[in-house]
Amino acid sequence: MAQVSLRKIIKAYEGGVQAVKGIDLEIADHEFVVLVGPSGCGKSTTLRMIAGLEEITGGDIAIGGTVVNDIPPRDRDIAMVFQNYALYPHMSVYDNMAFGLTLRKFPKAEIDKRVKEAARILDIAPLLDRKPKALSGGQRQRVAMGRAIVRDPKVFLFDEPLSNLDAKLRVQMRTEIKKVHQTVKTTTIYVTHDQVEAMTLADRVVVMNHGVIEQVGPPQELYHNPATRFVAGFIGSPAMNFIPARLEEASGALRLTLAGGATLDVPEARTARYRAHAGKSVLFGIRPEHLTDDKPTDKTNPAPITLTPEVIEPMGMETLAHFKLDGAEISARLDPATPAAVGQPLRLIAHMDQMHIIDPTNDKVL
Amino acid sequence: MSATAASRDVPGIYHKAGSLRAERRWAMWTAYASLIFAAIIFLAPPFYMLLTSFKTNAEIADHSLNPWLIRSPTFEHYAAILGNPIFIRFFINSVIVTGCVVVLTMVISVLAAFALARMRFWGSQVLATGVFLTYLVPDTLLFIPLYQIVGGLGLLNSVWGLVLVYPTLTVPFCTWIMIGYFASIPKELDEAALIDGANWMQMLMKIFVPVAMPGIIAATIFAFTVSWAAFVYPTAFVTTAEEMPLTIGVVSQLVRGDTFAWGQIMAGALMAALPPVIIYAFLMDYYIAGLTAGATKG
Repeated sequence: MAQVSLRKIIKAYEGGVQAVKGIDLEIADHEFVVLVGPSGCGKSTTLRMIAGLEEITGGDIAIGGTVVNDIPPRDRDIAMVFQNYALYPHMSVYDNMAFGLTLRKFPKAEIDKRVKEAARILDIAPLLDRKPKALSGGQRQRVAMGRAIVRDPKVFLFDEPLSNLDAKLRVQMRTEIKKVHQTVKTTTIYVTHDQVEAMTLADRVVVMNHGVIEQVGPPQELYHNPATRFVAGFIGSPAMNFIPARLEEASGALRLTLAGGATLDVPEARTARYRAHAGKSVLFGIRPEHLTDDKPTDKTNPAPITLTPEVIEPMGMETLAHFKLDGAEISARLDPATPAAVGQPLRLIAHMDQMHIIDPTNDKVL
Repeated sequence: MSATAASRDVPGIYHKAGSLRAERRWAMWTAYASLIFAAIIFLAPPFYMLLTSFKTNAEIADHSLNPWLIRSPTFEHYAAILGNPIFIRFFINSVIVTGCVVVLTMVISVLAAFALARMRFWGSQVLATGVFLTYLVPDTLLFIPLYQIVGGLGLLNSVWGLVLVYPTLTVPFCTWIMIGYFASIPKELDEAALIDGANWMQMLMKIFVPVAMPGIIAATIFAFTVSWAAFVYPTAFVTTAEEMPLTIGVVSQLVRGDTFAWGQIMAGALMAALPPVIIYAFLMDYYIAGLTAGATKG
């Protein structure tokens, strides 16, 4: 068990391309941290540098207080689960899990105890004699996790472990991973491009983009208080709506004038925060779940707006409606009972206490 | 969508192909015809050798008879060969040379291929290409400089001289097969082994060798075949009968001036060909799997 520190980590490839541009991150003991971002954002490179599979161009990585920059992977006391499982195809499940311990010359009885315990936790005891090719994708991923668990390492590293599984199994394995972490409590660093995985698993989510960390925080904080336009748009599904608007002041109150002329009142509680930007063009950000149909609500500061749906997607428990407003794509989450129809103007409510305003000059959330 | 709709409107476009069954039948006929033709071309000579080896010397010499029929079958040529101690000596020499060459080749190729395929070092790409290029130099060109080297080492007229030079034929190709095979093993497998605590040698012996076994068997068969059938090098480097392998022994001992002991040559050549045939028969599947590795995802 250990904390992991990344200090000013840089990874540059030949030709000067920087995949990771000097990131700082402190991961506490027992913490489950998820690195999330679009492909090419540097999250996997960061994980591979922690594992020792990529050399570090600049900065320091410390595991349990020891700088490991020049320590080979085998001596870092880490275990890694790969996207394609990377099970040894010629070995049985038992031997796959025992391999690391055998190399470290553990006594046979100890190996046997650990493998059987891990198999029990992961519910793969009946599969121990099988070869990987005789297993399903989900079972293979469990074995890969088992191989990590038996080592009882300081840190678990997961590199997109669920990406090869089908949607249903992914949800199931996600729960499994969370359960395993609650049982063994090993410090875990998990890389994914799937923000839902990040939100559901993480104690803290690290959102990366273009080799830098955009924001670090607990899932709820990232959802409610994104720091940048990127985080606001990346976290949450469907993504947050960004609507070009003008912030105007009239007799002490602020209001947003959207393209197309609709006006929305900014709640009083936010006035002080936004006043400095009055008279400027801004981006009005509101999540689809905060743009709903017009019905009595206990939410404060509702602001009405009328839009004409272009596409209606009934999902069962809710209905998604998509609109266009001056080039901006907007979606709203409606009650399935709402009689919405394509081409029929629909009166919606924007829950302004959940609004965000983004400065388009630097993409920061105000 | 619109493209599909448009092509659907073009008259006749979906009628040209003809029925699937007729196409399949045509493909089968072509395949069978060409395979039968190839089989005849390749199997006729050994079959002719087999027939000749069972004929008496008088029958072989009589050109008025149908060469594809045997009138009075005899095992005298086989008996003569097997009863001749020098032939047994040739066989033992071939076994010694081939055994040593196969072991030597596989040790060198597997280590070289692992290094070239997996340890990224400066110039590894160029080296890998270079290894393959050496395979393109024919042995008929190499034997002259090699004669100097083997002679300088005092290994002319010795099976050990052959053990030394045969790997120049086998190592490049085997290394190349093994590079291809190792390259088809997912990178994550060595990364997993590295994290599990393996060093390079353990990774090679415990992961790569077992996983690449079909490739190793294919390379072994190739090394075996090449060194068992080598002709140019032993012809150039060995002149003493006691040190000759089968390939040149049969020819040198059974052709005296312009006298050819055809029956014995055929019997000897067929018996010499037996070990590779047996090995291919048993390991054919591995050989094909090894050569086509990486073509499809396993």
